[in-house]
Amino acid sequence: MSSSSLTVQGLAKRYGEFVALAPTSLDVPAGEFLTLLGPSGSGKTTLLSLIAGLASPDEGAVRIGGADVTYRPPYERDLGMVFQNYALFPHMTIEDNIAFPLKMRKVGTAEAKARAAEALEMVRLPHVAKRFPRELSGGQQQRIALARCLVYRPSIILMDEPLGALDKKLREQMQLEIKRIHRELATTIIYVTHDQEEAMTMSDRICLMNAGQIEQLGAPGDLYFRPRTVFVADFLGESNLLPARVTAATGDTLDITLAGDAGTAQAIASGAVLAAGAQVTVMVRPQNVVVRSAVEGSGKLKGKLADVMVTGSLTKLYLDALAPGLPQLVAAYPTRSLSDEHRIGDLLELDWQAADAVAIADAKGH
Amino acid sequence: MTAAHLPTSPEGRAAARRKTMGRVLMAAPLVVLLLAFLVYPVGQLLSLSVWGRDGFTLAPYQQLFASPLYFNVMLITLKISFFTTLLSVILGYPIAYLISVAEPQRKARLLFWVLLSFWTSFLVRAFAWIVILGRRGVVNQTLTSMGVIDRPLDLLYNFNSTMIGMVHALIPLAILTMLSVMENIDRSLPRAASTLGARPGTAFWKIYFPLSLPGVAAAAIMVFVTAIGFFIVPALLGGRRETMITQLIIDQVQQTLNWGFAGAISVLLLVVVLLVFVLYDKVLGLSTMTGSGAPRAASAKPQGFGHRVGDVILTVLGDVSDRIIALFPRRKRETGKPPLALSSFVWGLLILMSLPAVLMIPLSFGSGGLNWPPQGFTLQWYQQMAASPVWMQALTRSLIVGIGTGVLAMLIGTPVAFLLVRSEMRGKGLMLAFVLSPIIVPRMIIAVGLFYMFARIGLVGTAFGLVLGHTVVAVPYVVMTMMAVLRNYDTRLDLAAQSLGARPLATLRHVTLPILGAGMMSSFLFAFATSFDELTIALFASGGLNATLPKQFWDEVTLQVSPVIAAVSTCLFVFIAVLIFVADRLRRRSAAS
Repeated sequence: MSSSSLTVQGLAKRYGEFVALAPTSLDVPAGEFLTLLGPSGSGKTTLLSLIAGLASPDEGAVRIGGADVTYRPPYERDLGMVFQNYALFPHMTIEDNIAFPLKMRKVGTAEAKARAAEALEMVRLPHVAKRFPRELSGGQQQRIALARCLVYRPSIILMDEPLGALDKKLREQMQLEIKRIHRELATTIIYVTHDQEEAMTMSDRICLMNAGQIEQLGAPGDLYFRPRTVFVADFLGESNLLPARVTAATGDTLDITLAGDAGTAQAIASGAVLAAGAQVTVMVRPQNVVVRSAVEGSGKLKGKLADVMVTGSLTKLYLDALAPGLPQLVAAYPTRSLSDEHRIGDLLELDWQAADAVAIADAKGH
Repeated sequence: MTAAHLPTSPEGRAAARRKTMGRVLMAAPLVVLLLAFLVYPVGQLLSLSVWGRDGFTLAPYQQLFASPLYFNVMLITLKISFFTTLLSVILGYPIAYLISVAEPQRKARLLFWVLLSFWTSFLVRAFAWIVILGRRGVVNQTLTSMGVIDRPLDLLYNFNSTMIGMVHALIPLAILTMLSVMENIDRSLPRAASTLGARPGTAFWKIYFPLSLPGVAAAAIMVFVTAIGFFIVPALLGGRRETMITQLIIDQVQQTLNWGFAGAISVLLLVVVLLVFVLYDKVLGLSTMTGSGAPRAASAKPQGFGHRVGDVILTVLGDVSDRIIALFPRRKRETGKPPLALSSFVWGLLILMSLPAVLMIPLSFGSGGLNWPPQGFTLQWYQQMAASPVWMQALTRSLIVGIGTGVLAMLIGTPVAFLLVRSEMRGKGLMLAFVLSPIIVPRMIIAVGLFYMFARIGLVGTAFGLVLGHTVVAVPYVVMTMMAVLRNYDTRLDLAAQSLGARPLATLRHVTLPILGAGMMSSFLFAFATSFDELTIALFASGGLNATLPKQFWDEVTLQVSPVIAAVSTCLFVFIAVLIFVADRLRRRSAAS
């Protein structure tokens, strides 16, 4: 199976006054699984439509495998797309649906039939060939949409929230299925979702989008532990976001004072170079926060326990910080037993390792 | 095992009985109305054809088949109806297509012109063609002044003018019917086809077109059945050779009072219409008519011979279109927009559809009569209209009858719509067929039957009789509109209200009706407009000072073509335009809330 690289250069799209996509550039090597992640209206679907050729950009270029396809119609781009609502043709059988792209490529009837059967085999639904789409469940329709896309071996596959309509269990099953197929075929996949967990588990890289531009692009771990902006830190998983000021900087390691003079600490600068005096937001993930009784006095912050939540594998503690100007804090640790040593109203002390605190430069006006 | 385990406790049985009673009460008014003013009079008219003064007779049928005249008229009727259907569907398809794929704003603009045409009276539109195609009309005068011809052409009273009038009258119906199906075609399907490698022509013919076919079939049967019972256009724009079957019925009733023969012609007409429906059901299934349910052809045997032939034809059509499209240079930045050629074709057709009625406006202010171009400026035709007691009384009468019809149809139609959508009762399909039967039975047959019945119970010429008659023909539209509204209504809201302590009536008053208000208003307007433009029933059941507006219009226009009629046409046209505008506002407000 051939697999192509994708290059997007300064691509932009406006609808009247509304900027759906600010000039955006992106490089996807062949065989990568890249996820476009973001809230609704962030421009991820616009970007996907421009790559697919379902909309024309106002400026910029799209290259597939090095060839400029910016103004080529979809049917000349040789890519595959899985739509959000599957877009199976209701008046055709499953077999005819899957054979459709082969017919468009003038493949002979016998070969088309054989390849359709093969594709059905691949998505593990060999027995539904003669049925109509409406006779299948949502999860099955999803698989057929995937099979219709795989059958002609496109060099790039685009997926627009393909699992959005499925329930949680089925969604997780399909995530594994798509990963398996990606591994087996090594095709390039551009995947759109607004579900951050889905993005984290499936992607080689995530392109997090917000307000029509790329907020950060990198491996899931990079985005999670080294967010460049508060938006990224906030969007991916739960986090403590503490306003602070830099008092001294040595390379990437910063000395900081938390807002309201709640305490001092050290943090790692993420992205931008930060100097003394800079206003920053310090991010600490809940699972990196250690909580103990406030008697020792060696912690970085003090707080009153406001709520305890057991979410199955994790126990989460919510604390109201004593110092003014700080948001509610959250700490998480694996649930070990039914009983819990802390009670609501207890005064507790929070601590974390310097390497787990990430300082994010406050946005300048954007 | 004790009695407690039995499914029906005394309370349970009482509740079930109450439920049944409730259903009967909801359906009763409409059922009684249709039995009394549709089934009985039509049945009586049909029986008159075999039951004369001296008992059983086949004389009317002997008369019917004795001379080739009636057979020929039926043939002409079928021929005109067939070509009207063909042209309306073929010309209407691109318009409906463009509207269905347009962006919301553009869609509203396009739809306005279709609706304006749809609601403008058949009479106004037919009259406009008389003026346009007349010897001193727009076409002849323009061609003469351009020097193309030196003597005016005879454009009126022939097959062509009849066809122009018929297609113009019925194309909005074809467009709206096809549109209701096209709107439900998932827009991502053609896009999916194009990512899968289909060129635009192939994507259209292999994906979009087959999915729109139920709409085409529904439009065809609606237009055909309406056309076959039409008399306004052939009477005003056709010559002797374009006489249609319903005109014969009018002659029999108005001139010779030969009820038996009128009944025999009615039977012939009804049989032809029913045959068409049976044929339609055999080929496509009647469920496609309401736009619900998949076309039967798709679910039965998709791999049959007919299917394969169709597939090959569509493949070839797609290929040919793609080759033609490939001849034109590709425009860079217009992905997703319809091609310019299609847009201009559609706008051309829309202008042609609206123009005739619009042309009445300048003519109605001209002092030179109905000749083109209009000369001078005068309000005298409007003054004559306002000063005429006949016109003013006709207006009052039409408004009263229209409002009465709207209210009555809404009151008895809405509960039945509730029953058909909400309850799980047996014989639902039968009930729906019965409620929709006034659309299927040719209007002329209902009108003549009602006339015969009204004449004997003294309802001829009364507003009450007209309201009853008009309600019979308007109520199917109310039921259909309300069913569509109710299907979109979230019944959980009712349950929520009841869980919050509201009794059924309070739920209806505080939750259901306020939300359904806009839908009820539009179904009222639908019924009102149907009555306001109704001529067939009014033709017999009203007259003289009791005439409705369409009846008065008809009497005038068949007597002489005067500029006062242009003034009346303009008023009607403006009235309808305002009505559509208001209805659209209402719809938007309800959609926004």
